[in-house]
Amino acid sequence: MASAQNSSIWQKHGIFEKNSIVLVIGIIVAIAWGGLVEIVPLFYLKSTIEKVQGVRPYSPLELAGFNIYVREGCYNCHSQMVRPLRDEVERYGHYSLAAESMYDHPFQWGSKRTGPDLARVGGKYSDDWHRDHMNNPRAVVPTSIMPAYPWLAKTPLDLPNIKEDLRTLAIVGVPYTKEMIDKADADLKAQATADGGDVQKRYANAIARDLGGKPTELDALIAYLQRLGTQVDFKLYDAKANIR
Amino acid sequence: MSHASEPRVDAHTGTPTTGHEWDGIAELNTPLPRWWLWTFYATIVWSIGYWVVYPAWPLATTHTNGLFGWNSRAAIVDELNELKTIRGAAGAKLEKASLAEIKGDAQMLSFARAQGAAAFATNCAPCHGAGAQGAKGYPNLNDDEWIWGGTPEAISQTITHGIRWDADKDSRAGAMPAFGKDGTLKADEIANVAGYVQSIGGVKVEGSPDLAKGKTIYAENCAACHGDDGKGNMELGSPSLVDKIWLYGSDKATIVNRIQNGGGGVMPSWGGRLDPVTIKSLTVYVHSLGGGK
Repeated sequence: MASAQNSSIWQKHGIFEKNSIVLVIGIIVAIAWGGLVEIVPLFYLKSTIEKVQGVRPYSPLELAGFNIYVREGCYNCHSQMVRPLRDEVERYGHYSLAAESMYDHPFQWGSKRTGPDLARVGGKYSDDWHRDHMNNPRAVVPTSIMPAYPWLAKTPLDLPNIKEDLRTLAIVGVPYTKEMIDKADADLKAQATADGGDVQKRYANAIARDLGGKPTELDALIAYLQRLGTQVDFKLYDAKANIR
Repeated sequence: MSHASEPRVDAHTGTPTTGHEWDGIAELNTPLPRWWLWTFYATIVWSIGYWVVYPAWPLATTHTNGLFGWNSRAAIVDELNELKTIRGAAGAKLEKASLAEIKGDAQMLSFARAQGAAAFATNCAPCHGAGAQGAKGYPNLNDDEWIWGGTPEAISQTITHGIRWDADKDSRAGAMPAFGKDGTLKADEIANVAGYVQSIGGVKVEGSPDLAKGKTIYAENCAACHGDDGKGNMELGSPSLVDKIWLYGSDKATIVNRIQNGGGGVMPSWGGRLDPVTIKSLTVYVHSLGGGK
């Protein structure tokens, strides 16, 4: 081999291939650079930070429902992302905004659309329908291929850690106040009574249901589902102002 | 030991080697097919064109917008506006027309029924069934019995504001009291009145209730809403008990449960979700299913 070729930078890859530490450092630098270019701009670009009115953190009962949604793997078949496509907007309603899922950790956008999108399912069906449907989807939709989740209605919601859940989410930036964290257990029970106690004071528009203060897992899941996509009032939302 | 040697042609395969050799094992030089390589180069060139035409690179405070300023949110607004234009004239006419006018105008009727059928399949079928046949707890919309009224106005009101939907203050309200849970009636009284309801409803009376007592209890507690003759009252959403249509079932256990716990079915309000023309179309569609008044 001619020595002139060896001195070219294109011939130096042997250094990486023969020294594992150098290779590891090289990989770290490459990934860090990629992250810097692809991820960091999302933190400051105007078009990716959209502030909208009405989005609040989940109440403890809704959060418990969210956890069950994640536990049961609902995201494996249901997305929560109405894309800005004509057919989806016609079927589900206004396309999803990033801010609507800003307090979801992890977010549930999903991409496997076996079942319908659930981003705007809140308020589309009655609580009773959800009960019938979870117990046996075929009872209300004969052609449904969704599995039944009959144990949810039979399992009392047992979440001794709801306070810790709130505290953990507060660490990653969900604006739960100290008061919200301290009263998490009480709020969870209060939202499962007819008048809801003062849960609405901390969580605007939280829907209280008469469950005798003892919600089941299904009750929590329904509280979560009925909240989905209802937080932003799209009559007040200026779509044109947000085209950018 | 590895070392580089001069490339040579491998005797067994006839393929040139790269000149890399490890312990006497030489690496054959089999480059990527030309067509593949040039396709790869072409995609790189294409991506440069893409950066120019579409939004691509992040900058300090914004990003490159691309030659035509295309953006998905502007595109969906345009598409929806186009849709509005297509439906606009027919929709505006439909919104103002009365049911009689719609029925007299073949074009308007077919527009309303087509749009109504599509909206029904998406929004109503999960509860009322694909053929509007209903299910336990969800009324059949094909028959001529109505709980809250079967006139176009009543149907439109029900769709727009829902039934017992708390979030809508104009929702149809009023539910059957929980006679047992609230302590208004005792267990034996409920059994007697359930038997009486079965007797006037034309189904076999289960057990041996005291129908005379049941009749008195009915007159005192039930007749105000369901009527002396049991024919119900659409103003109050209290269904007829004598039409042989049983929303929840005609067996004694079900009737006792209804009297014990009261309540009623819930239908969401659609006024915030569907536009007025779609609701009008749905009204026409539901009205045309067979039982419209």
